Amino acid sequence: MTSIVAAPRKTTVSALSVQNVSHAYGARVALDKVSFEVEPASFTVLLGLNGAGKSTLFSVITHLYASRSGAVRIFGHDVARESGAALALLGVVFQQRTLDPDLSVGQNLAYHGALHGIGRRETRTRQAAQLARVGLIDRTRDKARNLSGGQMRRVEIARALLHRPRMLLLDEPTAGLDIKARADILKVVRGLVADERIGVLWTTHLVDEVRDDDHVVVLHKGRVLADSPSRSVITATNTGSIGEAFTRLTAPSQEEGEL
Amino acid sequence: MSEALVETRRPFRWPQLLICLYGIVWRESLRFLHQRERFVSALVRPLVWLFIFAAGFRQTLGVSIIPPYDTYVLYEVYIAPGLIAMIQLFNGMQSSLSMVYDREMGSMRMLLVSPAPRWFLLTSKLIAGVAVSILQVYAFLVVAYFWEIEPPTWWGYLTVFPALALSGLMLGALGMLLSSLIKQLENFAGVMNFVIFPMFFASSALYPLWRVQQGSPWLATVCRFNPFTYAVELIRFAFYGQVNWLALGVVVGCTAAFLGGAVIAYDPARGMLMRRGG
Repeated sequence: MTSIVAAPRKTTVSALSVQNVSHAYGARVALDKVSFEVEPASFTVLLGLNGAGKSTLFSVITHLYASRSGAVRIFGHDVARESGAALALLGVVFQQRTLDPDLSVGQNLAYHGALHGIGRRETRTRQAAQLARVGLIDRTRDKARNLSGGQMRRVEIARALLHRPRMLLLDEPTAGLDIKARADILKVVRGLVADERIGVLWTTHLVDEVRDDDHVVVLHKGRVLADSPSRSVITATNTGSIGEAFTRLTAPSQEEGEL
Repeated sequence: MSEALVETRRPFRWPQLLICLYGIVWRESLRFLHQRERFVSALVRPLVWLFIFAAGFRQTLGVSIIPPYDTYVLYEVYIAPGLIAMIQLFNGMQSSLSMVYDREMGSMRMLLVSPAPRWFLLTSKLIAGVAVSILQVYAFLVVAYFWEIEPPTWWGYLTVFPALALSGLMLGALGMLLSSLIKQLENFAGVMNFVIFPMFFASSALYPLWRVQQGSPWLATVCRFNPFTYAVELIRFAFYGQVNWLALGVVVGCTAAFLGGAVIAYDPARGMLMRRGG
């Protein structure tokens, strides 16, 4: 059974497609007709300040709750209607730390494997490969609470890759980490894009994590203000860097700005 | 069109679902083993009731011959099923607490991004909690045996098992439903006051209904509408190798209702999570 729902003009289907997603908590609009795509083997940065709607968008993409309108598809599978098929292709690293501190690194990964229906032996093989990738194979038996913040993040990435997702979602993965840990994590994830052709959506408010050839989506107050390669965003805003471009895009407009 | 446009994984079937269920029960048991204080307090609580409360009331409260007992029984023997149900009540509420904790810590979200159907994930979580509560009950029964609380035949230990599974499911499902309504951990004190105490005291756990009827007819009516009463009676009869059909019906019905409510509460399109954004 194949369900090809992508628009016919495209030759391949997007890793992640967010179309016209709107959501409101009561009267407060959190997302207003948000649309963008993440292609396979691409690194897309979702830039937004706190309160821009990133968390809500994450909850909708991971099917914690359904959006009021619009659709989210992962490789063509609608998250709300074919959630099983969609979630099987999605790996997630949440902003909160989600490792069980009392369990060992290996046990944390084994639990995740089970949640994805992967048997014990297969999980063990895969976890060794993924932990080696993030450079923590020697910590398999350690309790998660004894890891540093950066190491926990790397374990979480290894865990998110255990079921071999084709699309990886990371919510502020470098928040609160030092420069070295941030660089390590970026390197691992960029490697996934280059070597495994995984589509990555990386949310952050730290503009120095953006490279010129990354795709950038700027989310501000629930609306998408930019959705193009980083250098196009810079050109379009007539600025010198993505940082300036971001500041200009999210600055209060002249009319509503005070004084 | 040689290249497959849409990649599709094999959907979850029974083997995957079983692995998933096993994983959830395994994690819950590991967590339980890591929290020894929780086990000790789960064991000490009913024993305090048994050794102190029941001993103190032994002379005050006489229990006449009512089914399933065919002789006069000591007060300790009468309240043992109520204490067993209390273990499960506390455990059910504690797993709901752990779900609120999980939600704050984000591991609830880990659970819910599994490709398995959501009702299955919630039911597995429930079964894991029930397994833990049954372990606690048998630990209590071992101690209670030395206090001369035992079934008429050894079969009682076996026949009580399905009753424990059912009452555990009912109380766990109630806890799960409550967990979707509780916003934060601090509200557990509220759960104690407004759920655990009223349910426990307004039931047949500590006194037979006919005695309540004599003292306060309206309280007896409350007890008759309290599902916990039926959990207690189901266990009481099962321990004596008998089936209380009314209790069985009520417990099964309430389990279905509570679990249904919890699945709706955690449903992505309708649930409480969406309204709050948590």
